Amino acid sequence: MSDRLPVLKTYKLFIGGAFPRSESGRVYEVEGANVALASRKDVRDAVQAARGAAPGWAKATAYNRGQVLYRLAELLETRATQLAAACSGADEVAAAVDRVVWYAGWTDKLAQVVGGANPVAGPYFDFTVPEPTGVVGIVAPAEPALLGLVSRLAPALAGGNVAVVLASQLHPLAAIELAECIATADVPAGVVNILTGDPAETAPWLASHMDVNAIDITGAPAALAADLERAAADNVKRVVRGPANGQRLADIEQLLELKTVWHPIGV
Amino acid sequence: MTDVVPAPTAWEYAPAPESRALVSIRPRYGLYIDGAWSEPAAGERFATIAPATEEHLAEIAQGGAEDVDRAVRAARSAFPAWSCLPGSERAKFLFRIARILQERAREFAVLESLDGGKPIKESRDVDVPLAAAHFFYYAGWADKLEYAFPGRPRPKPLGVAGQIIPWNFPLLMLAWKVAPALATGNTVVLKPAESTPLTALLFCDVLRQAGLPAGVVNVVTGDGRTGQALVAHEGVDKIAFTGSTEVGKAIQRALAGTGKRLTLELGGKGANIVFDDAALDQAVEGIVTGITFNQGHVCCAGSRLLVQESVAEQLLAKLRRRMETLRVGDPLDKNTDIGAINSAEQLARIKELVQSGRDDGATIWQPACVLPEQGFWFPPTVFTEVAQSHRIAQEEIFGPVLSVLTFRTAEEAVEKANNTPYGLSAGVWTEKGSRILWMAQRLRAGVVWANTFNRFDPTSPFGGYKESGFGREGGRHGLAAYLDLGEGADAGVGGLA
Repeated sequence: MSDRLPVLKTYKLFIGGAFPRSESGRVYEVEGANVALASRKDVRDAVQAARGAAPGWAKATAYNRGQVLYRLAELLETRATQLAAACSGADEVAAAVDRVVWYAGWTDKLAQVVGGANPVAGPYFDFTVPEPTGVVGIVAPAEPALLGLVSRLAPALAGGNVAVVLASQLHPLAAIELAECIATADVPAGVVNILTGDPAETAPWLASHMDVNAIDITGAPAALAADLERAAADNVKRVVRGPANGQRLADIEQLLELKTVWHPIGV
Repeated sequence: MTDVVPAPTAWEYAPAPESRALVSIRPRYGLYIDGAWSEPAAGERFATIAPATEEHLAEIAQGGAEDVDRAVRAARSAFPAWSCLPGSERAKFLFRIARILQERAREFAVLESLDGGKPIKESRDVDVPLAAAHFFYYAGWADKLEYAFPGRPRPKPLGVAGQIIPWNFPLLMLAWKVAPALATGNTVVLKPAESTPLTALLFCDVLRQAGLPAGVVNVVTGDGRTGQALVAHEGVDKIAFTGSTEVGKAIQRALAGTGKRLTLELGGKGANIVFDDAALDQAVEGIVTGITFNQGHVCCAGSRLLVQESVAEQLLAKLRRRMETLRVGDPLDKNTDIGAINSAEQLARIKELVQSGRDDGATIWQPACVLPEQGFWFPPTVFTEVAQSHRIAQEEIFGPVLSVLTFRTAEEAVEKANNTPYGLSAGVWTEKGSRILWMAQRLRAGVVWANTFNRFDPTSPFGGYKESGFGREGGRHGLAAYLDLGEGADAGVGGLA
C-alpha cells in the first residue's frame, strides 16, 4: 500500500463540450464527492448549446453518426475500470457498451425500416423519411446509474437528436464519467449536455422550455412526471418514456418525426 | 416570358346547382350509442345551419357527461368481441363501409356541402372519395397487422378510442380516425364538430347497413364540453384529436399523468415557396389551390407565399389575374370554386385577423366579387408587404387569406418558412430537382409538396412537427397510433409509438 495521496477529480457539468461549474456556484455532496448542483440558468445554457449543435448532428450522414456512436462504445470499453467504480460494476459497464453498439448500428437502418415509399393513387412519387425531433430533454433513471442513462440517451442520439440530460441525483458520478468519454469520442460539442443536481428542481424548467422539442420522463417519479407532462404541453412537446434498462426500436422511433414528400411524375 | 392575359369578362357561367333531392335531413337527431339512437340525458339541443344561407337544417343533441359515459361503456362492452374477431372479418366490415360510402357518395357530398359550406366539386371529388379510400386502405391492414412493424409481430389494440374531429373535413376526418381504429381492433366514441355533425350522423346509417356490431362505433354530438367529457373519461384509452393548437394543448395538459395515449393533428402556417426558375403558371395554380381549397379552412393550407424577389412582381400579377376568375358562391353549384365560410364565429376570426394585417401596415388586395347577402362569406384576399412579425404571417387564419413575403436565397427561404411555431406543411416550386430535395430536407414540416400542393392519399402518412402536433394519420404509420406494439409496458405516449 503506497502512502501517496491520490488527486481527486472535481465533478462538473457538461455543457457545449466543456465542463463548467454550475453558474449558481452550488454543489452537493454525494458518492464521496462535491457534485455540481445545476440551476435554471444551467438548463438554459445547456438547451442553447444543444440547439446550436442540432442542425449539424441531424445533417450528419447516418453512417457518420453510427461511426461516432461506435467510437463512444470503444471509449467506454477503455475506461471500463473507472466506469465500473461509478456504477454497480463491470457487468453494468459491459451491458452499457453493448447497448451503445446496438444503437450505433441502427442509425443507417432507420430510413428503410421506419420510412418508405407510398403508393399513392396518382402520378406522384411519394416517400416518407424519418427525421430527428430536435432537442430532447432526458430525465435519466435513478438506476442503473450508467446503463439507465445510456439506455435513454443512445436511442435519442441514434435518431439524430441532441440531448440535455438530467443525471440521476443519487448516482451522478457515472454520468460525468460518461460525459468524459463523450467529450473525447468525436461526438460534436453540444450534442450531449449533462447536468447533475436535483431533477425535481431542474426538470420543470426543461419541460417548459419553448426550445425543447421532446422530453423523456422515464426517470421522473410519478408526481413529478405528471407535472412535466403538463408543462410539456406549452409547446406540444413529445412526451416519451421507456424502460430504464431496455433496448427497443420504439425508443428511437418515439423521438423521430416523419416527413412525407410528394413530387409529380411527368416529362 | 408571356405577358399577363387579362381576365375573361365576356362570358359568364350559368348556374349548375346539384340537386338537394337525394338528401333527407331529419328535423332532429339523437345520439348514436350502442347501435341505437337515443336522446341526450339533459335534453339540451342546438341547431346546425347551412352557412351559405343560414338556413336551419336540424336540431342536434348536445351530449353531456352522462351521455359520453354511456357511449364509453357501450364501446367498452363491444371491445372484447370486436378485438377478438379475426382480422379478416374486421376487414370485411371495413370493406363494406367503404363500398356503401361509394354507393351513397353523392348523398354524402351534397350533405357535406350543405352543412359545411364547401364547394360541391370538392366534397364530391375529394372528401367523399378519399373517405371511402381510407376505409378500403385500412380494411386491407386489419388481417396483416403482424407485418406492419418489423420485430413486433404481436400488436394489440388499445381499447376504447375517443376521437374528436374538426369541422373543415367532417366525413374525411371521421374516416382518418375511424378506419385505422377499427382495423386495429379498437372501439370508438366519436365526437363530430358542433357546426358540421350531419355527415357523421348519416355515417351511422352506413354502419347500420354494414351490420357493424352495436357499440363498436358510437357518435356523440355536442360542443367543446362534450369533447372535454370524452377526454376526461377514465374509460377511454386513447384520444385522437384534430383541431386547433390551443385546444390540442389543453387536451395534452388534461391527459398529463393519466397514461392515456394521445395523437394530435393541430394547426399550421404552411409556406408555399416559389423559386425564380419555377413554372410560374403551374405555381399559380398551386398557390390558389393552397389557399382557397375549402375556403382556406385547411390546417395544411399554403397560407404564406414565399416568392423569390426576382419573380415576385410577375408572379403576383399572374396570381391576381387567376384569382379574379375564381367563382365565389353557392356551395352546391358545380362551378363554385370558393364556398361559404363555415360559421359566423370563423368569419369573425378571419375578419379580425385581416384587420390586424391592415393595421400592421400590410397591403391588401381582393378581386372584385359579389358576395351573397345571406350566409357567411369572405373574398379571396392577398396581403403583400407582409413582415414576419405580423400576426397574418404567424397565426393561422383558416380562411382564404394569403400572406406574401419575399426572399433572395434558398437559405433565407428555409429560415423564413421554418420561422413559426407550426410545422405541418410546405410547398416548393422549382424546376431544379436537387434544389427540391435540398429544400425538403431543411423544411421542418410533416408534408412537403414539390411542384404540387394539397395532395392526400390513404397510403401517405400525414401529421405535424413542432406545435402542429404528433402522430401520423394514413399509411402504415397511422396504425401505430392505435396499437400497443408490445415492446414492454410503456411503448411511449407521444411520437410514433
